[in-house]
Amino acid sequence: MTLTASPGTTGRDTADLAVDLDGVVKRYGTVTAVDGINLSIRPGEVVALLGPNGAGKTTTVDMLLGLAQPTEGTVRVYGRKPHNAVALGLVSAVMQTGGLLKDYTVEETVKLTAVLFGKPPSVVGEALERAGIADIGKRLVGKCSGGQQQRLRFAMALLPDPELLILDEPTTGMDVGGRHDFWQAIRRDAAGGRTVIFATHYLEEADAYADRVVFVRRGQIVADGTASQVKALASGRTVRATLPGAVASELESIAGVDTAEIRGDTVYLHGRDTDDIARYLLNSTAARDLEITSRNLEEAFLTLTADDAGGSR
Amino acid sequence: MTTVAARSLPRFGGFTLGMIRLELRRMVRNRRTVIFTLVMPAAFFLLFGTNAASRTESIGDGGNVTGYILVSMAVYGAMLATTSGGAMVSIERAAGWSRQLRLTPLKPIAYIAVKLVLAMIIGAVSVAVAFLVGSVSGAKLPVHAWIECGLLAWVCALVFAAFGLFMGYLLPSENVMQILGPVLAVLSFAGGLFVPVDNLGHTFATIAKFTPVYGVGEIARYPLTHDGNLWLAALNVIVWTALFAAGAIWRFRRDTARV
Repeated sequence: MTLTASPGTTGRDTADLAVDLDGVVKRYGTVTAVDGINLSIRPGEVVALLGPNGAGKTTTVDMLLGLAQPTEGTVRVYGRKPHNAVALGLVSAVMQTGGLLKDYTVEETVKLTAVLFGKPPSVVGEALERAGIADIGKRLVGKCSGGQQQRLRFAMALLPDPELLILDEPTTGMDVGGRHDFWQAIRRDAAGGRTVIFATHYLEEADAYADRVVFVRRGQIVADGTASQVKALASGRTVRATLPGAVASELESIAGVDTAEIRGDTVYLHGRDTDDIARYLLNSTAARDLEITSRNLEEAFLTLTADDAGGSR
Repeated sequence: MTTVAARSLPRFGGFTLGMIRLELRRMVRNRRTVIFTLVMPAAFFLLFGTNAASRTESIGDGGNVTGYILVSMAVYGAMLATTSGGAMVSIERAAGWSRQLRLTPLKPIAYIAVKLVLAMIIGAVSVAVAFLVGSVSGAKLPVHAWIECGLLAWVCALVFAAFGLFMGYLLPSENVMQILGPVLAVLSFAGGLFVPVDNLGHTFATIAKFTPVYGVGEIARYPLTHDGNLWLAALNVIVWTALFAAGAIWRFRRDTARV
């Protein structure tokens, strides 16, 4: 079960890619966290790494940031080793939790990050502004809410003006309002052409903010497509009907049908306007026993990430 | 956005005065550190060192017992200060801050250097505060001894900066100083900071000479007392510094390899 519509895997030229994972495997003792991932991401893409907990998303992110070394394969970020890309400020990240000191103020934390990246003090106010936390600059980090801390991490990540921004489960533990504000800030920022990769298990987030979705399961990529392709796969509905002797090409030419599948006497027609499809089937063919079912991203996600019995491995 | 080519690495692996300034401000904000390193040694001195007998009994050339105790307490303070400076690492690792720093150009070695500088700065402040309190509370030392004892107490406290770093990497605790505080008190006692080693009995006095605080105390008091075996004390300091530094490097290597 693999949908591959990866933009960028053709004409592979490492130097031009934002991210290039080639045959990457990561084992911790006997546990294989990442099991052979090939992934190319071009500059400017906003990519969601989607998958259940323990799928290998965080391990992949760690390797992109040079926090973990792959057991096999190579990782390149803008043609460089991750560690070097990080040091140069080409890539930065907003991590899930931790990474802040309680007894610094918000402003001092950003100031320290600026000092470390050799940036002038003037960038501090700007970063606080962009992350929407300029008003709480004097507050101690320990007194900030989860959402505020996350926006502080965002402010720190923006400081080196990275080409690639990585967000690892960025909205974990945030309430709905906080999540909304956070994504607003990310969205404003990504409009400037930054490459963004975010790991999430929130389907809505992947749907709403990514233009490419990479499904990960058990350390492998099981689907990779643009957001619209994934949406087409996931949204819409399916008309099931009994229609003996159907021909696939004829079915696909029916107005409104995106994909058609024939299993014995049963046909499955997938498309957006299933009313039209149903009307056509009833009026113009011998189809009977019609049934219309909906598929959403949730279902697609489950299908793609579930452990299939005697499955593909 | 800046182009890929225009980016460069900061000098000295990210070791900057700006970072030291911010870190100092944070340290001062921590009330426990301030009490531990500045108030406590001075208070101990006032409590144990300023009675009439100590003030009148003279030591060396123009010093008194109060001055002798003051130097010991200054060593104790410097030791607490440098240990807690090094042990900051532990808190920062527990908070995931070390990991965050790995997402910056800061080299691990520059991070260690910053921590050492910080440890030595608060060590210096600790010695200065103790001496200031001592000077107005009846401690008498010859002028050269004020300077030499202070400097030696401070410089030798480098042993404990290494000790603090080692423990900071060894103990993944938020409250590492709550463990190290009592440890240092025991070591100080064993090393003759609170009671002269010779008062402890022969067997214990012999053991005391091998403990890490003994050498620092002997060296720091030497300009006043001109007493004891300086070479033995120096050897003590060198060996313990090497041991703690080796331990810190060992844990540090493991730490950077793992994260």
